[in-house]
Amino acid sequence: MGGDIILSAKGLTKEFKGFVAVGGVDLSITRGTIHALIGPNGAGKTTCFNLLTKFLQPTEGTIVYNGRDITRLAPADIARLGLVRSFQISAVFPHLSALENVRIALQRRRGESFDFWRSETVLRRFNDEATKYLDDVGLPAFAQVKAGELPYGRKRALEIATTLALEPELLLLDEPTAGMAQQDIERITTLIGRISQNRTILMVEHNLSVVASLSNHITVLARGKVLAEGNYGTVSKDSRVIEAYIGAGHA
Amino acid sequence: MAADIETLDKQSATKAGAAGMPRLHQVIFAALLALALAAPFMLYPVFVMKVLCFVLFACAFNLLLGFGGLLSFGHAAYFGSASYVAAHAAKVWGLTPELAILCGTAAAAALGFVFGGLAIRRAGIYFAMVTLAFAQMVYFFALQAPFTGGEDGIQAVPRGDLLGIISLRSDLTLYFFVLAIVFTGLLLIYRIVHSPFGQVLKAIRDNEPRAVSLGYRVNRYKLAIFVLSATLAGLAGSTKALVFQLASLTDVHWTMSGEVVLMTLLGGMGTVFGPIVGAAAIVTMQNYLAGFGAWVTVIQGTIFVIGVLLFREGIVGVLSRWLKKSL
Repeated sequence: MGGDIILSAKGLTKEFKGFVAVGGVDLSITRGTIHALIGPNGAGKTTCFNLLTKFLQPTEGTIVYNGRDITRLAPADIARLGLVRSFQISAVFPHLSALENVRIALQRRRGESFDFWRSETVLRRFNDEATKYLDDVGLPAFAQVKAGELPYGRKRALEIATTLALEPELLLLDEPTAGMAQQDIERITTLIGRISQNRTILMVEHNLSVVASLSNHITVLARGKVLAEGNYGTVSKDSRVIEAYIGAGHA
Repeated sequence: MAADIETLDKQSATKAGAAGMPRLHQVIFAALLALALAAPFMLYPVFVMKVLCFVLFACAFNLLLGFGGLLSFGHAAYFGSASYVAAHAAKVWGLTPELAILCGTAAAAALGFVFGGLAIRRAGIYFAMVTLAFAQMVYFFALQAPFTGGEDGIQAVPRGDLLGIISLRSDLTLYFFVLAIVFTGLLLIYRIVHSPFGQVLKAIRDNEPRAVSLGYRVNRYKLAIFVLSATLAGLAGSTKALVFQLASLTDVHWTMSGEVVLMTLLGGMGTVFGPIVGAAAIVTMQNYLAGFGAWVTVIQGTIFVIGVLLFREGIVGVLSRWLKKSL
């Protein structure tokens, strides 16, 4: 095995009471690329994503990350190995300030935080670094604002800043531009392009123009199976993909 | 934009003092302490001690509900069992009051560890039901066990001598001992909320899957806060047993679990000072409306409904929103 495959899945299957949401998906993600997972509604993208991040336990199949079998690990342990995910709905901690949100990620470096007898002022040493991550995503003016009060696009940016603060090796982004206005989409697309330097990203995305402009490699899912693979040029011309997206009548 | 950041920096610098407590909170704590020091000279000390015990109980409960996001419907189990153990330790084993309280508190902690460890495997309403079921087990145990005195409870618990030296028979002496315990408990709760642990706890409450995805093993944090909350509820229960010289079925009854939920919601869950206000309001109400007999619960229920309809975030929650300051 070449060291350039960071994450691979073999025969990944998930059944929900007889319904096969994902059936035998093989996936290899090359280090340093942006890999997109696309497909029509109900194709099993999100299920697949939840399987890879262990938020769901696969019925069958194996997942190997950096040469290590992670099929049976708990989601928190996967995050500790450097495989960090985002969520479809903006996942921030609404009652904490933007700065505190990022600090929650940095705080992990202290190890466990069971020290309830210590003042939270010990966390101030992370403030400079947290501010740096907020600067990175264009949020420095919002450091003291409660995350719940930020506009939607800014929440997504904050979520990315928090994720980056863990310095993940592999970033899994679940529909990073879902529900966004055009202006925000552009900002987030630029941001993802910028943070992809020396990182690997796997993303589920609906917006095909975002996929076209960002990804090096695309896997198309339909009905829980891999339909096609390749770069945007190849995949977008594939007749099966067009059929799955628009329907047989138009192909 | 740079100016914005500077003013924000200044705000946060003035907001938090050296100990990390904002000036406003320091002032409120000082005012509460002054009030509590003066209270026994104006009001009946035993009544004020009752208020203090329930203030601590409600704040301990709020630690779990308001900051841990976990609704326990069986906190009477920890309050009550601690009350029984402390009463037993003081009366039968003849321990000094501080040791009796320590025994009761330790019992609540151990119980919290066992029950909490099982309950946190479930979420939401199932969590609440599991905690309630455990509390009912404790209730029936207290009803049936040989040393709990059944319907009578444990009566005539000696208040004893503090450290074997200072007699607590006088209400006033006991009052200052109780005040010291409760105030220390409140400061500890404040610290827990504003600690690195508290930060993670609030993150888990706000968005559990996200905390997991950042690598936090959330169940361990939930268990830790469950045990801390049960322990402090136990401290309140043990102290109460000495004040009233009584441990009874009321302390472990499910209505006690309901009452502490009520106090916390009325005052404002997830606020620092809300449960203090809520507990004081409910205990005062019960005391002064006692003449109405069974109607107390009806009046209490009506006030609760009106309270929840008028200010959903509780009294202090609404105040906090008006003043735009966290209280």
